Amino acid sequence: METLYSVFIDPFVQMFELPDFFLQVLWEGLVSGVLYSLIALGFVLIFKSSRIFNFAQGIMVVFAALSLVGLHSFLVPYVGNEFVAAAIAMPLTLGIMYALAMGVERMVLRPLVGQPDIILFMATIGITMFLIGFGEFVFGGENKVMITEALGIPTGSIEFEPFGGFLLLEEKDVFAVVMAIVLVISLLVFLNKSAMGRAIRALGDDHTAALSVGISLSTIWVLVWFIAGVIALATGIVWGARAGVSFALEVIAYKALPVLMLGGLESVSGAIIGGIAIGLLEKIFEIYWGQPLFGGNTETWFAFIFALIVLLFRPQGLFGEKIIERV
Amino acid sequence: MFYRTSGQFKTTYESDQALFPIKQDMFLLIVILAIMYVIFPMFASEFTYKALLVPVLIFSLASLGLNILTGYAGQLSLGTAGFMGVGAYACYKITTIFPEMNIIIALFLSGFFSAAVGVAFGLPSLRIKGFYLAIATLASQFFLVWLFEKWAWLYNYNASGAIEVRTMDIFGLVVTGPTASPMVQYYFVLGIVSVVTFAMINVTRGRYGRTWKAVRDMDIAAELVGINLMRAKLSAFAVSSYIVGIAGALMVFFWKGAAEPNLFDIPMSFQIVFIAIIGGLGSVMGNFLGAILIVALPVVLGLLPELLGLTIGSATMEHVNVMVVGSLIIMFLIVEPHGLARFWALIREKLIIWPFPH
Repeated sequence: METLYSVFIDPFVQMFELPDFFLQVLWEGLVSGVLYSLIALGFVLIFKSSRIFNFAQGIMVVFAALSLVGLHSFLVPYVGNEFVAAAIAMPLTLGIMYALAMGVERMVLRPLVGQPDIILFMATIGITMFLIGFGEFVFGGENKVMITEALGIPTGSIEFEPFGGFLLLEEKDVFAVVMAIVLVISLLVFLNKSAMGRAIRALGDDHTAALSVGISLSTIWVLVWFIAGVIALATGIVWGARAGVSFALEVIAYKALPVLMLGGLESVSGAIIGGIAIGLLEKIFEIYWGQPLFGGNTETWFAFIFALIVLLFRPQGLFGEKIIERV
Repeated sequence: MFYRTSGQFKTTYESDQALFPIKQDMFLLIVILAIMYVIFPMFASEFTYKALLVPVLIFSLASLGLNILTGYAGQLSLGTAGFMGVGAYACYKITTIFPEMNIIIALFLSGFFSAAVGVAFGLPSLRIKGFYLAIATLASQFFLVWLFEKWAWLYNYNASGAIEVRTMDIFGLVVTGPTASPMVQYYFVLGIVSVVTFAMINVTRGRYGRTWKAVRDMDIAAELVGINLMRAKLSAFAVSSYIVGIAGALMVFFWKGAAEPNLFDIPMSFQIVFIAIIGGLGSVMGNFLGAILIVALPVVLGLLPELLGLTIGSATMEHVNVMVVGSLIIMFLIVEPHGLARFWALIREKLIIWPFPH
């Protein structure tokens, strides 16, 4: 009876008694959910256009952030100004992500075209290991501080008093959400309006047909990996501003996986909605059920178990296309 | 010439389906076993046992377990390390609850616990396939490691949160704990690995193995010829997790001596997947070849700068090491996606016709 009470009644009583705290929890969940969505988006883009399950997406986030911070600290003594250094480091990092996309396409994807899915998946884990080693070798393995101020990201906080309570929004979190929305909208416009974007979607719909109308596979792959790299950089900046930059960040990469399960591997909207849903639910579960009942830290597995339960009822994910198998 | 099969006639189905249809195979196996059992212990130092021989054997066994699931039954799993953890913790609990029990019996019993957990986490495989299933198995990985951390009963309420192996003996011979001789541990692990491998060769040749292969190649077709998919998939999960659990128990009891929950974290799962894939999916021998490469390579790479007379900081060395292993994995996948076992098959083809080109 005691346990039933603490499972079914207590959490909701708490939610109603402290609505401002509940709002705070929701906000925290929303911010991390937005970031999960961004990482999942990178996965989805690559999977849609090339059927590659890119495990390296999470590491690309860390690698991009690390490159930015590393280049910045390298440039500051030469330029003398924090802001100028950041302004130079930013395009340079984008250049690194482009070089990475080229390198991956040339040295990994091209020789492996047509291999079974699992081999390509393993190759992306190889890329992950390479990037971890390379990143730590070049920029050092210690935790770094994201150059939040040099990039012009606001660092203050906004306070509200809803229901006579207290709600605190960090400005950099607001920035993260706004940036994510801008990024997603521009990506959707790009995919739907531009010729290149249409080519990516065509490739996702039907490989052979896309090739036969003259869409170049290698160009699109480089482009897609580069877009994934840009998304990774954006995610890396905002996540790095919250938690510092080091390879410990790779745990958020694993968080994007249940988002993919939930939203479907091929659905852009699924990635966005799934990410936000998981971000919100895992935060609520952690605060109201995880900490009082399970001793906390349930965020490591909650998303997976939740996605698993959803999948038992909808095997193709919430928004995935139903797979029809023909014998 | 060396592998010439002429003159070895098969007159019955039984001899055609025998364990060693070709005499040379049996000869080769005897040579390998002789090297493992006699030659290595004659020369191995404590370092070789601890850093090379024992880890290679244990990882081979874990990879064999994964290969049953992924290579034979076609269900990709990324949660291997979690199941190893279940085996290790189960063995630890069994030896604390029944201190008098023979460690061999405890080992084989602990496999049943990981098999049960494996079946539970294998249930989604009935509904979902491919990458969705792979991510679903990651759920077990994260959940189990969290459980090892939070459930204090599992590690006997130790202040450190780690499990430590006490000294145990079999008929007076100390096999575990800090005082055990590495050679004894090596022989023990080698014995268990040999027994399990022999059993698995036969299982994969037999009724269950053939069912798994049918499911792997095409599940709908397998169902149509009357294979019960649920039984086939869950039995693959059970057998696979059983072996993986034993490997985990061996790892903690006969190699590491102590374990924290994060030992069974996700990097080890990937390491085992790599061993299975680089070795060759659907091959028993491939696991051993893959383990030799993946486990021994970093150790050898770590020794390399010293041999060349270079002084590199250990942290830098580790980073370069990860980088090199990552790129080597990609290279191997490009050169031979079917794994080292396929290499061996090609060499065998060549040996049969050597010195002639055709």
